[in-house]
Amino acid sequence: MTLLEATLVTPLTGGLVLAILGHRPIAGWINIGVGLLTFGASLAMALDVFSHGPQLSPGRMFYIDAFNVYLVVLTAFVGLTTSIFSRPYMQHEVEKGRVTDRRLRLYHSMYQCFLFSMLLALSTNNLGVLWVAMEMATLTTVLLVSLYRTPEAIEAAWKYFILCGVGIAQALFGTVLIYFAAEAKLGADRDDTLLWTVLHSSASGGLDPAVITLAFVFLLVGYGTKVGLVPLHNWLPDAHSEGPTPMSAVLSGLLLNVALYALVRVKMLVDASLQTHLAGYLMMGFGLLSFTVAGLFLHRQHDVKRMFSYSSIEHMGLITFGFGLGGSLATYGALLHMTVHSLTKSAIFVTVGHACQLAGTQRIEHIRGLIRTQPAIGWGLLLGVVSIAGFPPFGVFISEFLLLMATMKSWPWLTIPLLIGFGVAFAGLFRHMQRMVFGEPPPGQQPVRANMIPVIVHLVLVLFLGLMIPDFLSSWFEQATLLISGESL
Amino acid sequence: MEFAKLGLYNQAIILFAALALLTSFLMLAQARMLPLIFTFAWQGFLLTMVTVLVAMVTDHRDLYVSALLTFVLKVVVIPWLLYRLSVRLQMQYNAEQIAHPTLLLISGVVLVIFSYFVAKSIIHLSGLATRNIIAVSIAIELLGMLLMCVRKSAVAQVIGFMSMESGIFFAASVSAYGMPLIVELGVAFDILVASILFGVFFFHLRDSFGSLDVGQYNHLSEANGADAIDVRPVMASAHTPGDHA
Amino acid sequence: MDSELSFWALAVVQTLTFIAAAPLLAGWVQRVKCHLQNRAAPAVWQPYRDLTKLFGKRLVVAHNASWLFRATPYIVFGAMLMACAVVPLVVVHVPTAAIADVIVLVGFFALARFFTALAGLDIGTAFGGMGASREMMVAALAEPAMLMVVFTFSMTAHTTNLSVTTAYILHQGLLLRPSFLFALLALAMVAVAETSRIPVDNPATHLELTMLHEAMILEYGGRHLALIEWASQIKLMIYAVLLINFSFPWGIASEPTLQALSLGVLVVAAKLTLVGVVLVVWETVMAKMRLFRVPQFLGFAFMLSVLGMLTHVMLEGGN
Repeated sequence: MTLLEATLVTPLTGGLVLAILGHRPIAGWINIGVGLLTFGASLAMALDVFSHGPQLSPGRMFYIDAFNVYLVVLTAFVGLTTSIFSRPYMQHEVEKGRVTDRRLRLYHSMYQCFLFSMLLALSTNNLGVLWVAMEMATLTTVLLVSLYRTPEAIEAAWKYFILCGVGIAQALFGTVLIYFAAEAKLGADRDDTLLWTVLHSSASGGLDPAVITLAFVFLLVGYGTKVGLVPLHNWLPDAHSEGPTPMSAVLSGLLLNVALYALVRVKMLVDASLQTHLAGYLMMGFGLLSFTVAGLFLHRQHDVKRMFSYSSIEHMGLITFGFGLGGSLATYGALLHMTVHSLTKSAIFVTVGHACQLAGTQRIEHIRGLIRTQPAIGWGLLLGVVSIAGFPPFGVFISEFLLLMATMKSWPWLTIPLLIGFGVAFAGLFRHMQRMVFGEPPPGQQPVRANMIPVIVHLVLVLFLGLMIPDFLSSWFEQATLLISGESL
Repeated sequence: MEFAKLGLYNQAIILFAALALLTSFLMLAQARMLPLIFTFAWQGFLLTMVTVLVAMVTDHRDLYVSALLTFVLKVVVIPWLLYRLSVRLQMQYNAEQIAHPTLLLISGVVLVIFSYFVAKSIIHLSGLATRNIIAVSIAIELLGMLLMCVRKSAVAQVIGFMSMESGIFFAASVSAYGMPLIVELGVAFDILVASILFGVFFFHLRDSFGSLDVGQYNHLSEANGADAIDVRPVMASAHTPGDHA
Repeated sequence: MDSELSFWALAVVQTLTFIAAAPLLAGWVQRVKCHLQNRAAPAVWQPYRDLTKLFGKRLVVAHNASWLFRATPYIVFGAMLMACAVVPLVVVHVPTAAIADVIVLVGFFALARFFTALAGLDIGTAFGGMGASREMMVAALAEPAMLMVVFTFSMTAHTTNLSVTTAYILHQGLLLRPSFLFALLALAMVAVAETSRIPVDNPATHLELTMLHEAMILEYGGRHLALIEWASQIKLMIYAVLLINFSFPWGIASEPTLQALSLGVLVVAAKLTLVGVVLVVWETVMAKMRLFRVPQFLGFAFMLSVLGMLTHVMLEGGN
């Protein structure tokens, strides 16, 4: 498991190094370098798993199977591309005077520590350590959301801290309840009771249904808060819009995925114990609620980052709905959607970051004529919105189509709110995007130095996934689908 | 489970757990800063005592470690941090206005009844003679959440969060005889870091908003209309040509 | 027949002792308070002297007073007398135990309060009306708490009978029941409110802003006032004895033997002395609350009593 150790230790050491050197101009390059190393290690580990099957670390603390391996690679990849974007962006911010040297050090070290905690959460086998890593992810980003130290940023960070703190505490209680049930079944003298592998193998018909139901409710509320499920989503638009843009990109693109991953892991345990579909129904309900409510809220927004945060909530709601639906088709679609949404949303946020630098404001009515002033940004935003709204050549269309097909198979009348939701979100996004990209640019608007490479790479990947899913990725998805839903495609 | 037939240790367990529940209610009603912090410390102490007694009754050695962690964190470190913070922020004599204290207390009672019903369905798995304490632990957690939701002072919200976590730790101790050591240490570490971050936040909040009254933090509220204030500083220098190095 | 008669005689003697000792408790409380506040204290017998003086005075009654005004002191004193008969002071089982229901006791107090309030309204002065309305507000808030306390104790002892409850607690031995702890705290708070002590009401004040109980009886003089004063002293003693019996009843006589009785008398005297000191310390440390904070005080008492009951159901295997 040394590849896994490399994947985990690299960002942690990077974080420690950047805590000292983070304010130097070289910090941005160190950030990129560390990201590159992490990505390389994760890719190597993924190839290892692909050829040899699920891997359990010697102490059984870490477990890499088909479900989390591609998430690990995705996290490392988006972390890398966002760090490429963040280097010139943060330099610009320093030149503007919005970030001091100390805060830049904090930013860089916390960025890597955040990546470390997400990778830890994804790869650990112990449910308790999963909780610790999720909480660590919250703690590392809290100070970053308030990086600019404006009253709004601090308010957003406080809200984030408190609401996610409450949610995470409920998740801890749910974990305690799972441990309680597991101990009753497995005996109190073992020290491996919280290991997911052990729980999964002994779960079928073993764990007490009343306790597991209660545990799932608490865990749904807890991790659901971090996923951004309505009605626990209030922190999300604030936190994602007030922090620096690289933070918005990784928070929207990665952290939501990791929280949902935790939820699905628990759902697998619950499904095996309960033999009913309670977990699925709950997830479907919350997912559908988030999907519709977020789509409606999308229209009212005046801040571009808030608007895209609501779009994140909407898509995470859709993915939750997909996982709740169960069955191979919906699970496959949900897994694919997690990937493409992560790529597209981070690309969008990168573009939006540049657009805001260009226009000097985050308010939608003051951003105009992007395509005239700097065509790269304008096109990037246009294509990004087209992608996230679910247009055919892009990958989001495929996953949404799969989810619709799955819904039509099992719950036909639910396709109507889904379609309406798609339409509403599409209308909202386009309404705002059209005014921002086209239209008359305000006088004196100059192009900014923009590094659009991450955006181009992400969008090309999403397009690629929409046209053709490569073999190894497809077999990963199939294996994960088999693992999660119990049936193969 | 007839009370009179329990041994002295078990009776003491029940007594201390009930007193810890009382401290939760006292915190709900307490408007002044320093007594609130001390009541929280008392709650931590009572929960430590219960954990030690459960360890003695059931002979689980790991619970002594849990009790030590609870004591160090909840009785010593966090109250001391909060006390120092309120002194540095010069807030130690502040008292906030609680809107409807009696209503708050009655909601607390409702939550206790709710947690009793929740616990009834799950306690049959426990081997303790005093297994009803799980209901008290759920109640302490829910009361901590109530404290966080309704109080207007940021410090009270933090104490609610810590109290919530006390309740959960306590639930782990009495239902599952403590969690694996690595998990407990991880949780304790997280809580410690969280409390330090809270401290940092208090200063930021005070500097930005001028007060630690959560009701003032509504710049981003959509009810007020986030469009009411144009919050973005206009980056004027972006317009000057030749500014990009 | 003979033992039955002596039993009844014992009950009558106990009641008379109760009534006779009540002013002594009031005098003791006053003396300790003066010492604590560094004032020169009157003798412990001073309340007796005051009562004797009042009994000797001529009655002066407003000419628009109705029969209610004249009857109330006797009704109030009679209710307190009946209440004394049912509360075990020295010996647990009294023949009047058949009606020694705690709810009956609460009913007696309510009767007395009702008539006092009406008498306050009877003359038509502003003070009387104000006192009556305030007293009724406090009583309305204290009543639920009192009843919850009663329910907590009776759920444990499976009866509402005072004597049986006391005997139950006596035979239980030392138990660390949290429900009793909460209920006793709540009972103490309710007792403070009902007997018009600080922080709810100042028994020594005659200022308009701070009077509750005193305002209702402002118009009374002579033997009427003596009866009402005596009744409020008896009420204080009843609450004190209730608190003692529910918290620490050891020493009370279980059988009416001379040895047990004398031990009982000594023990209850010592306990009442202690309760008096505790009350005085409490009154000295606390300040009187403004009237609109009394609901919060009593709300907290109510919450404590409900908590006691919940603790009994949840933790002590209540039924």
